[in-house]
Amino acid sequence: MAKQYETVIGLEVHVELATKTKIFCGCSTEFGGAPNTHTCPVCTGMPGSLPVLNKQVVEYAMAIGLAANCKITQTCKFDRKNYFYPDNPQNYQISQLYLPIARDGYVEIEVDGTKKKIGIHEMHMEEDAGKLVHDEWEDISYVDFNRSGVPLVEIVSEPDMRSAEEVIAYLEKLRLMIQYLGASDCKLQEGSMRADVNLSVREMGQTEFGTRTEMKNLNSFKAIARAIEGERERQIDLLEAGEPVIQETRRWDDTKERSYAMRSKEDAQDYRYFPEPDLVPIVISDEWIAQIRDKQPEFRTEKLERYKTEFEIPQYDAEIITNSKKMADIFEATTAICQKPKKVSNWLMVETMRLLKEQGMEPEELSFSPENLASLIELADEGTINNSVAKEVFEKIFLKDIDPKRYVEEHGLKSVSDQGALQEVLQKVVAENPQAVSDYQGGKEKALGALVGQTMKAMKGKANPGVVNKMLREMLGAK
Amino acid sequence: MRRRAQKIVLRFRRRLDREVEGKMEILSLTAVELGKKIQQKEISVMEAADAVLDRIEAVEPVINSYVTVERDEVRKNAEEVQKQILSGELSGPLAGVPVAIKDNMCIQDHLTTCSSKILYNFKPTFTSEAVLNLEKAGAVVIGKTNMDEFAMGSTTETSYFGPTKNPHHVGHVPGGSSGGSCAAVAAQECFYALGSDTGGSIRQPSSFCGVVGLKPTYGTVSRYGLVAYGSSLDQIGPITKDVTDCAVILEAIASHDSKDSTSVKREDYTFTGALKNDVKGLRIGIPRDYFQEGLDQEVKSTILGAAKILEEQGAILEEFDLSLVQYAIPAYYVIASAEASSNLERFDGVKYGYRTESYEGLHNMYKKTRSEGFGAEVKRRIMLGSFVLSSGYYDAYYLKALRTKALIKQAFDQAFERYDVILGPAAPTTAPELGKSLSDPMKMYLGDIYTISVNLAGLPGMSVPVGKDSRGLPIGMQLIGNSFQEKTLIRTAYTYECATEKKYEVPAKLAVENGKEA
Amino acid sequence: MGNIISDETIEYVGILAKLELSGEEKEAAKNDMEKMLDYIDTLNELDTTGIEPMSHVLPVHNVFREDVVTNGNEREATLANAPARTEDSFEVPKTIG
Repeated sequence: MAKQYETVIGLEVHVELATKTKIFCGCSTEFGGAPNTHTCPVCTGMPGSLPVLNKQVVEYAMAIGLAANCKITQTCKFDRKNYFYPDNPQNYQISQLYLPIARDGYVEIEVDGTKKKIGIHEMHMEEDAGKLVHDEWEDISYVDFNRSGVPLVEIVSEPDMRSAEEVIAYLEKLRLMIQYLGASDCKLQEGSMRADVNLSVREMGQTEFGTRTEMKNLNSFKAIARAIEGERERQIDLLEAGEPVIQETRRWDDTKERSYAMRSKEDAQDYRYFPEPDLVPIVISDEWIAQIRDKQPEFRTEKLERYKTEFEIPQYDAEIITNSKKMADIFEATTAICQKPKKVSNWLMVETMRLLKEQGMEPEELSFSPENLASLIELADEGTINNSVAKEVFEKIFLKDIDPKRYVEEHGLKSVSDQGALQEVLQKVVAENPQAVSDYQGGKEKALGALVGQTMKAMKGKANPGVVNKMLREMLGAK
Repeated sequence: MRRRAQKIVLRFRRRLDREVEGKMEILSLTAVELGKKIQQKEISVMEAADAVLDRIEAVEPVINSYVTVERDEVRKNAEEVQKQILSGELSGPLAGVPVAIKDNMCIQDHLTTCSSKILYNFKPTFTSEAVLNLEKAGAVVIGKTNMDEFAMGSTTETSYFGPTKNPHHVGHVPGGSSGGSCAAVAAQECFYALGSDTGGSIRQPSSFCGVVGLKPTYGTVSRYGLVAYGSSLDQIGPITKDVTDCAVILEAIASHDSKDSTSVKREDYTFTGALKNDVKGLRIGIPRDYFQEGLDQEVKSTILGAAKILEEQGAILEEFDLSLVQYAIPAYYVIASAEASSNLERFDGVKYGYRTESYEGLHNMYKKTRSEGFGAEVKRRIMLGSFVLSSGYYDAYYLKALRTKALIKQAFDQAFERYDVILGPAAPTTAPELGKSLSDPMKMYLGDIYTISVNLAGLPGMSVPVGKDSRGLPIGMQLIGNSFQEKTLIRTAYTYECATEKKYEVPAKLAVENGKEA
Repeated sequence: MGNIISDETIEYVGILAKLELSGEEKEAAKNDMEKMLDYIDTLNELDTTGIEPMSHVLPVHNVFREDVVTNGNEREATLANAPARTEDSFEVPKTIG
């Protein structure tokens, strides 16, 4: 019988913090500027420049640390990590090794109904590197320092995960937690959340860890799942063939679904860490910690429970809505305006989710205003527009955040409830459908539906079906 | 006809002589004296600038104090400053006074080379805070002075642009690493200068060149814009002709700077308030460890003589054991080299400065650029620094050095419980001959024995000229104060100056040479 | 006394420091480093047990800036000294094969 193997996984998760400015200078962190337009002497390593720490970075890091049940290091320092690479302008990265801001925490995950704690070994603050773009034809790379100095926290887990499912659950948990804190938008695609996977395998029942590898360049949850599977198999194959696993950093190529060793003679991987002399220690008082703790928001579990009791939203819906901080925010703000939580929830659960899927967007990218959704719900409720028009208008709100009242007005989408105008059409429909009329009068309730449909068609969808229904009944006599 | 022509020539000559004399007179002023005459409109800013520029032209072929002098730019600035003085915008003691800046301080759009090939063409896009402070005070920057490459050295011989000579004896070095700044002040090529001091780089060359040099308490002068060597040790300080200038300039450059996280907000920045002729009751400790084997006899007796003068003025002298002196140098070379190895990583041929001509791939470009761009001493320290930080050695070397540093600081703390000032030599000898130091780096390092521990402990230290040896080479007395006690140092030095009626003297030899040329 | 620096060590430190030494320089570097390390080893005469390593000499802490954008587009200044550049980026030898 084939040997059984266990996969042991630890994660190093980098999260870009949602500060307005970089960690050590007053340059904007805005995404997508033209190359090198968000740069200054500090974040490009000009001789004579010096770093000054952004206080917000410390506060975000503390908030994440506390949320992940970590101990805050009350005297913490920065260290230099030395390595040469062109995206690293000083050829050292300001990071934390000896006294990271937070240590010894955990987050709880749930996979298939089983709860499990994943330990957090430590969490530290550091600066991001710049971007390299490679020329297609020539042996040249282009360096853009816009991202250089964007603040990051790196969250290092204990090797507590055993499957891709646990890894995804852990990442989802971190992502939601950090989004709820407002400390980052955590977009994997844009790289504001990145995970490196440390993986080893061992025979089932063995207590010692096998040799681990570190995998980088994982840009989506799916890629992470595939990479874990791929690396697990690669290591098992090696072990079965009696070959050693080499401790190394590997780069995952998701299109080829395989990883490559990143080693070279020039990468000694000896970072010569030492305390950053240009920055002074950070001393964190109990009061400061208490202050940050007091500011912690309502997290998902609490929110979910509240939605169920306060708004009487079903568990499933509450789960979907609270699965994104952005969506939960929209839900609460819209409900506050229109006081119709179930209607709001419906719009989010059905149309919003459909359009997100259609557009290939993440819930965090939602950008419409609660005012417009609330206004749409009012319009539909008071019968000003009918359901199909409402769906059409919602799509415009979703895409362009238009004002539904104006839109309906300008496009003449109001339902016609004016009985005089309807009367004529109704009489025509009744005259043209004697069979349906007699069916209805003969007791077939369904036949009324057909007549309503015909009327709506004749009115080009602008009639209010409720009104049509009522008038038809009156005209044909209640049965 | 002929007689008449001769007369005209004679008259013209006399006028020229008067002009030359006038310039010589200007040059012999201290910064504060010149500033006063500029305010009183006895001397124009342009006259002062021209006097210095002419002097530079005359002596630079011999001295080589400067890496860069931009004559036209200097004259343009002089004109601008003069306007601001006339309009009343600038009325401080330094307005219009020409200054020289060590070439490791950034000045926007002007070459800042650190005397290294790797920065041969580098023009910073911002100006260092210390220089900005001087510019606000109306200083006219004359040029950038020569130094040991990246401030690594004690002789100014490791400069890519050739050595600077000691104005008191051109066969000798000026000391280093701020040798260009000290020589420029000594040779009257400026009225004062800024230097930087990581292990003695202001005090030792000040001692060798017979000028006053002060390294302030760490954090007093902003390091923003100073190209870093050993970040935890570097401080900028004034190099001047006398103690009054020293106090005035320190007051101008010291500031709390939010761009430098290690900058300290001090309670008192009025250093000129310490220019008092009074040391009565001042407790001066003389560390026996600074007068042991290795100290030149002439230096020793001169320093003790200077101490005696302070005693005569009412100071209380006492010998004591400072201890740990011999461990300062090894601890320093671990810490400074480690920090330097990291600070100098940014010089890689990507963002600025020199890039090698031909290369194959990224790492080859890095290696060739750096190997060709750095000189031997810089490479030596980068190698040492990289080694002591490398995997497996960090604890044994780096942490050990940081612990030693803590002990050295403790020893000073204890000493300052008993003394207001510690007095000793700035260097074990007077300036060595050119070309005699670099062949044995260990010996050169030992020359920093009295200055280095002051940097490790972050203390203020000052070198004051107190005499010359039999060859006419200056000797400097070092005064060391407790943290933030620059004023005590200034008061002590000022009292010494008053007691000896010591005036800055131009190096005799150069004065003659320059006279001949004129 | 007695530090021996091997060729491999010099080679390795050269990789870390990105310095390429000639044969002659290597010999000199070995010699210099051995001497310096012997000298540095004198620190071992000092008993430093229980002494905290002192990285910052002054008791200054918590120096921060507020999270406010103060810098505009400084691209030209950033690129002004570049040995090789395009209009908007630095040029380096290709970093991947």
